[in-house]
Amino acid sequence: MSSPRKRTIRLVVCLAIAVVLASGLIYTSFAASDPALSPSQLLRTGHAGQIYQLTGTVVQHSVRNRAGGVLDFRLADRSGGGRSIVVAYTGSVPSAFAPTRELIVTGQVRGGRFLAQPNSMITKCPSKYTAAPAGE
Amino acid sequence: MAFAGRIALVVALAVTLYGIGASLYGARRGRRDWVDSGRRSVYALVVILTVAMAILEAAFLRSDFSYNTVANTSSTTTPFLYRAAALWSSQEGSLLLWVWLLSIWASVAIRMTRNRLRDVVPYATSVLLGFGAFFTMLLVFFDSPFTQTHPAPVDGAGLEPLLRNPSMLIHPPMLYSGYTFFTIPFAFAVGALIVRRVDAEWIRVTRRFALASWLFLGIGILLGAHWSYYDLGWGGYWGWDAVENAALMPWLISTAFLHSVMIQERRGMLKVWNASLVLGASTLAIVGTFLVRSGVLSSIHAFGASTLGVPFVILIGAMVAGSVYLVISRRAVLRSEHALDSLVSREAVFLLNNIVLVGLCFVIFWGTFFPLISKAATGTSATVAAPWFDRYTVPLALALVFLSGVGPLIAWRRATLANAIRNFTLPLAAAALMAILAFTVVPLHSSPTTVVLFCGAAFAVSGIGQEFWRGWRARIASAHESAPVALLAMIRRNRRRYGGYIAHVGITVVLVGVAASSAFQHEQTVTMGVGQSVHVGAYTERYVAATGTVDSDPNHTGATLTLGAVLRVTRGGHYVTTLTPSDGFYPAAGVMPGAAVSSLIGGQTAVSEVALDSSPRRDLWAAITPPEGQLPESKLVSRADRIDPTNIPGSDQVAIAYRLLRAISAYYRHHPPPVTFTLLASPLVMWIWIGGLIVLGGGLVAIWPAPSALRRRAHARSAAIVAQELGRA
Repeated sequence: MSSPRKRTIRLVVCLAIAVVLASGLIYTSFAASDPALSPSQLLRTGHAGQIYQLTGTVVQHSVRNRAGGVLDFRLADRSGGGRSIVVAYTGSVPSAFAPTRELIVTGQVRGGRFLAQPNSMITKCPSKYTAAPAGE
Repeated sequence: MAFAGRIALVVALAVTLYGIGASLYGARRGRRDWVDSGRRSVYALVVILTVAMAILEAAFLRSDFSYNTVANTSSTTTPFLYRAAALWSSQEGSLLLWVWLLSIWASVAIRMTRNRLRDVVPYATSVLLGFGAFFTMLLVFFDSPFTQTHPAPVDGAGLEPLLRNPSMLIHPPMLYSGYTFFTIPFAFAVGALIVRRVDAEWIRVTRRFALASWLFLGIGILLGAHWSYYDLGWGGYWGWDAVENAALMPWLISTAFLHSVMIQERRGMLKVWNASLVLGASTLAIVGTFLVRSGVLSSIHAFGASTLGVPFVILIGAMVAGSVYLVISRRAVLRSEHALDSLVSREAVFLLNNIVLVGLCFVIFWGTFFPLISKAATGTSATVAAPWFDRYTVPLALALVFLSGVGPLIAWRRATLANAIRNFTLPLAAAALMAILAFTVVPLHSSPTTVVLFCGAAFAVSGIGQEFWRGWRARIASAHESAPVALLAMIRRNRRRYGGYIAHVGITVVLVGVAASSAFQHEQTVTMGVGQSVHVGAYTERYVAATGTVDSDPNHTGATLTLGAVLRVTRGGHYVTTLTPSDGFYPAAGVMPGAAVSSLIGGQTAVSEVALDSSPRRDLWAAITPPEGQLPESKLVSRADRIDPTNIPGSDQVAIAYRLLRAISAYYRHHPPPVTFTLLASPLVMWIWIGGLIVLGGGLVAIWPAPSALRRRAHARSAAIVAQELGRA
């Protein structure tokens, strides 16, 4: 079992299996991934029908409850600049959801709005909301 | 006192730099006195950092808002215990906690090895102090917790209400302890590789610390999952978030190490593998800390604005480069002493278990860093979602459950057919029985993955039960002890083995809970008025009344106003339980005389307090979605704000504000608006937490020194005393 020839064969087989598995992993990750964009990037480059992961900050005074349990709000870039987009969201809303908070939501652009997938909203853990140092 | 805190940090940095120099000089020149001096630097570091921690903690407890960090994360209305825990809610406070814990564990390790591994310890001391120097430098030059503002604000911003949970007291220290414990095996591995002493001795010395890091990190991860499930209103215990993954990766690698290290101890094999695992686990622990503080990935946990990314990249780069250099340059001495005798052996199963664990870690690493990988490859950042993770992690987790059952049963070196029949008959029968039950009595067949996992769990747990039973019977027969005494004696005499078995059972129970609650959870998000009801799985939940309380604070979190709902839950017409989810509203910055009513309740977003009826069979979970982060009866609040309390003579202004709040809460109780509920009915969730407790128990059994080790230590101490006395005489 432990002759050098057998050890070499075993190593080659193991490496071949690892390469095949890793190739599958790499292929599926690219095939199953959704582009992650900021609101201004989405407005600039987004295509209707494509699923995106949108990351941004909830704009102050933009949150509205609509009929049918739809929550509307505007999402702007985390950096504060750029344009904002209206997000229409249904499903459970995390406690940390609030104006000026950062969140991540998955969905697609339709009619100039971002239609979020139900229950796709995740909000940032509030323990980590540290203000930017002065001058930055 | 802030000045004293700043001085303490500067002195701590100086001590770490001195200790590194003294240890290295002593090691190179063979000067024991310098090595001892380096070791004493570690003890000095604990004392100095304890002073710094005490100064900062005292500032939090006495609400000294001249400290920026206190003003940003605490307030006079923050309950006492949460004021204490607010220290680690800020970046600078958490860094101080990190380095303080590091200094404590490092001093314990250095103390325990003061008479062992004399050639390795100076280098290990240098590495540990190097970590200390890095984090102290961050506190001195980048993000000091002792920065002040004059004049001090009257009140602070308060601890974020979502963090006002008992988990805040223990979850971060547990995670940080896990991370900091990793530095000890790392430091000793580096020391052992530098001096080319790669026998099993450094592993024996640091194994307990590796186990402690595994245990603390694992419990920290589970506490985080519990917090997320129970309190934050996220309705789930795992989200494949980058920072969650960052904690899981070193835990997986250390799990692999704890298994493969047995092969090195017994057979002198897998030395390169073990060294790589230790170095990799520690590097991944620092990567986790980096991810939280760099903002490099979009994560629900990442700090909003941090300047610490570059220093962490430098540290990680140094760790990776140093580790690779050491392993490659020492490959000749790391050669295995034996080869694998058979693929049907415990060594082979442990190796397979290691490959699965490392594969699992690689999958999670790839998915976590995919935004950066895709950006580098295609120019566009992209993410993979939970289904992608599940596609790979579920089969790998299933394989791990089966391997955790096979490992304890199969023979070392080479298993025989007789060994297989003797050890595997009962576990295979248990797995077959579970399969029959899954398709007949328990309705699991709609989720084949869950069926496979339950069968694997039955296989693993019955195999371990069989091992306990055999050992127990043998002990009773050989020592003629009563059954309970024999059981305890058996575990005491082989804590590592039986502690490991108990931990295996715990992990299996956790996975059973995860599989069942993921596959068979029922969820409803629905807006209801009083009197309306909804079906959640087999349960009917009826909104029977609204609740509103002022300053009685039913959840003890410092909320000034709590609005909630009463849900009556029935099953088949029979009463099951009553759930009372609520939203807590918090003051902006303390409760100050003359403040508007809105400032008493508008400081932060309303925070959902989940209602939970938990049993071993199922959890009923309910949360109210905070209505846009605002009080629903905002017109009433606006009207109350327009009342000037100074125009009401003879009354305390704060009392008037509270009276207005009580009027608002009474109005809410009597005129409740429709409320949006999130309702879950999940089976077997409680077993995730019970499994965690079993793992904790197993870990503690394994980590506790064996009686023989204690005896050895006592003998050594008495021998030293006798020698000392003889010397005097």
